Amino acid sequence: MNKPADLKGLILDPVTNDQRYIGNSEPRHRARRLLEGQGTYVDDIQLPRMGHVVYWRSPVAHMKIGKIHTEHALGMPGVLAVVDGVQMATICKPWVATLEHLVGMKSAPQYALAIDRACWQGEPVVAVVAETRAQAEDALQHIEVEWEELPAVVSMETALDADTPLIHPELGDNLCFTRTLDVGSVDEVFASADIVAEATFGFGRHTGVTLEPRCQIADYNPGDRRLVVYHSQQAPHMMQDLYCRQFGLSESDVQVICKDVGGSFGIKVHAYPDDFATVGLAMMLGRPVKFVADRLESFTSDIHAREHRIKGRIAANKDGDILAFEIDDLTAIGPYSMFPRTSAIEGNQVVNLVGGPYKHQHYRAKLNVVFQNKTPTCQYRGVGHPIACAVTEGLVDLAAQKLKMDPLEFRKRNVIPDDAYPCSGISGIKLEVLSHEQCLRTIEKMIDYPALRKEQTELRKKGIYRGIGFATLIELTNPSPAFYGVGGARIASQDGATARLDPSGVVSVLIGVGEQGQGTEGIYAQIAADAVGISIKDVRIITGDTDVTPYGGGTWASRGAGVGGEAVLLACQALQQNILKLAGAILNKPPESLSVYRGNVLDKASGETLLPFGEIGRIGYFRTDTLPIGFSADLMVTRHYTQKEYPFIFTNGVQASYVEVDPDTGFVKLLKHWAVEDCGRVLNPMLVDEQVRGAIVQGIGGVLFEECLYDESGLLRNGSMADYLVPMANEMPDIEVAHVQTPTQSSKLGAKGAGEAGTAGAPGAVQNAINDALAPFNVAVFDQPITCEKILKALGKI
Amino acid sequence: MTIKKKITLTVNGASITAEVEPRQHLVDFLREDLFLKGPHLGCEHGACGACTVKVDGQIIRGCLFLAVQADGSVVETIEGLTKSGALADLQESFMRHNAMQCGFCSSGMLLAAAELIEKQPTSTREEVREWISGNYCRCTGYHSIVSAIMDVLEARLKGEKIKPVVAHA
Repeated sequence: MNKPADLKGLILDPVTNDQRYIGNSEPRHRARRLLEGQGTYVDDIQLPRMGHVVYWRSPVAHMKIGKIHTEHALGMPGVLAVVDGVQMATICKPWVATLEHLVGMKSAPQYALAIDRACWQGEPVVAVVAETRAQAEDALQHIEVEWEELPAVVSMETALDADTPLIHPELGDNLCFTRTLDVGSVDEVFASADIVAEATFGFGRHTGVTLEPRCQIADYNPGDRRLVVYHSQQAPHMMQDLYCRQFGLSESDVQVICKDVGGSFGIKVHAYPDDFATVGLAMMLGRPVKFVADRLESFTSDIHAREHRIKGRIAANKDGDILAFEIDDLTAIGPYSMFPRTSAIEGNQVVNLVGGPYKHQHYRAKLNVVFQNKTPTCQYRGVGHPIACAVTEGLVDLAAQKLKMDPLEFRKRNVIPDDAYPCSGISGIKLEVLSHEQCLRTIEKMIDYPALRKEQTELRKKGIYRGIGFATLIELTNPSPAFYGVGGARIASQDGATARLDPSGVVSVLIGVGEQGQGTEGIYAQIAADAVGISIKDVRIITGDTDVTPYGGGTWASRGAGVGGEAVLLACQALQQNILKLAGAILNKPPESLSVYRGNVLDKASGETLLPFGEIGRIGYFRTDTLPIGFSADLMVTRHYTQKEYPFIFTNGVQASYVEVDPDTGFVKLLKHWAVEDCGRVLNPMLVDEQVRGAIVQGIGGVLFEECLYDESGLLRNGSMADYLVPMANEMPDIEVAHVQTPTQSSKLGAKGAGEAGTAGAPGAVQNAINDALAPFNVAVFDQPITCEKILKALGKI
Repeated sequence: MTIKKKITLTVNGASITAEVEPRQHLVDFLREDLFLKGPHLGCEHGACGACTVKVDGQIIRGCLFLAVQADGSVVETIEGLTKSGALADLQESFMRHNAMQCGFCSSGMLLAAAELIEKQPTSTREEVREWISGNYCRCTGYHSIVSAIMDVLEARLKGEKIKPVVAHA
């Protein structure tokens, strides 16, 4: 079994014979160009005859579209086309984003450009293409759409009321998805528990704000009927498949190329209406068309996430054992479920994850996912985890407070013990192996907990209110086909890697997972160098081109290291075997008598260097006449990997936050943040640290600053970077990161994902730290973002 | 709309004469007319700093500065400053700390950091954080950027260079 006790020592075992790079903080050598202004993002690409598209988007939350007047715009300088929804629908089919395994889920057909009605402010209605972006924007001013405002469903609280208008009457109600889960005798447990604590948690809508906006260039060549799309995207093969299906093309007709991507975070893993519209325009015009969202468009058309209201309660006994959790989650997703991953996943994850780190045996959850006339929401970094974690950890702190127990001790007592795995969580999630106890012990030391509490107590006497907050978490990574595949979504959970020995002795690796800044190319180079047995200088990683890379799922659910990395390992180990076979044929020796050491083939027994890789490449490609008849050199191999043993491989960790709250102004100063992370085998500590830190800061954004604010009519009030607050350097604390390594046994590499746990844990940790600071006033705030105003309201000062 | 104005300026050491629309921003001119890839457009209203370039020795927001305003000026972008070696220490230090992820903010961040090194050579971590707080990074969480800049400040005070980052043996 894969218990930490059985794993003792294993974490130190190397994956390969001569491991030099895996596990070390190797710099991302290929990232140097990014520091020299030599990256190639989509907007850096200019193609001959390229047109530029801008979209006339709905100015209101819900409207009936009348006559569209395009004549004036068509006559403007440089204008190539003006296209509406009806014209676009002649070549692009509508879609409905549901998953079969989310039973009862529904959504309405959605079109690339709205027809008849627009259902959120920012929905694209008319496309204007011109020779330059400025000309397109000039012409956009002359598009006249006759429209009539319709009643908008804005508040999720009333979305299901009988007198609320239906956004899609044909669906019968405004309910997208509902789920209930009831495990154990929850009512009896709450009735007989020594203590019960409850709170209502609010989560504001926020969005990803990738620094590079969403953008693409669609280039359709009518001659060979091939579509090439340059895209700032996380899942090139997924987009290739969607373009094929929506436009009636076959895979070989469509190539999706993703070069440098300027931030993604889940924002760029969805298929947006304007993605399809841009492709449609390129096909209609037979020339390349570039779309680059401006920042206002990004705020109203990039997916949003996290709008939830959750009533939660926890039961515990006086000994300090958590007995039960119960939640009621209401969430709203905009007017359509987003294609193709669906917008019900976030709430579904909340149901799966609440209470996840703890060993209680009673749990009830209710989820309602409703439609509304705001920007669609969907998967954004952490997907449900930050919400589940903030609710769970907020309730855990309330229970500890009622029991007058130290919150860290309370957690230590209640987490699933490290020797209990594999096991199932109360919601039915399968947990392979986690290390909560070890992580809690590590963080206690890291923060010097007794000293920190002492400092807090001393300062409190002087009227300085500091708080310490913890958040224990689980995160799902390395997803299996049970995530989307079983629901009918054509999203690959497998990934492939091809490893090729080039004639010069360099190894090129082609892999389906691309690079958006996480450092996946860096770790693939490390894995490849160790697995083939060469210097990292002699490895090239090629990603982001559906014409050349093996079919794969791309970047989502923290799968790059665990799934993509395993594929690279398998392919490169196979390549090493083939190199040895070829060397054996050249040297007339049995391959088993040979080994690889740093770019050379050696005699295993004597250690004598026999052949450098460059010589193997030369003979393997140019002098096959010298090889035995029937021998095939096979210096290019492909291997695929799917994690099939568990629905996901869960990771775990704990974060601690130290804050100071000014009770006069409600201002929160972040003093320090700590994280202990167990993502299995750490392939590159520096890169994992940076993933954790960046993710934590995104989580801090959610708990303190970020919110897409709407007015009562459903108009976004803060659609610019000057109005939508994101964390900047001077508000952020230093963040210390430590690792516990519990490798997954589902792969040779043992790597789990590391990209999202930081975002999952930070909101809960900061929320709890703020409430710990406010404890002397007997108030608490559970409504994120926790602004100065909300704190002052809680304190009764405003 | 089609009225154009002739401007002459020096960009990364090369003398450029061009006709531009008065409404065109400097960053659009650099990107679209001169095909430079270094200065990026993030927010288009001066909030994010991705478009930062130097005009006559001072960093400015390329999205708030019109190309016609740069007439007669010396403009430097990440490309030119890389070539001259002005940013070499910072670039090595950013590499060493992985102080960039997607790299979209990096051009602007490096130019802001270079000005800090010049103007506030004894900055503390907190002062570095404050200085770069006009430049938005969504990926790193800033910690590594601050560390990378601190290393350069410390090296400068000791009169040392940052050692080039090489692959581990």
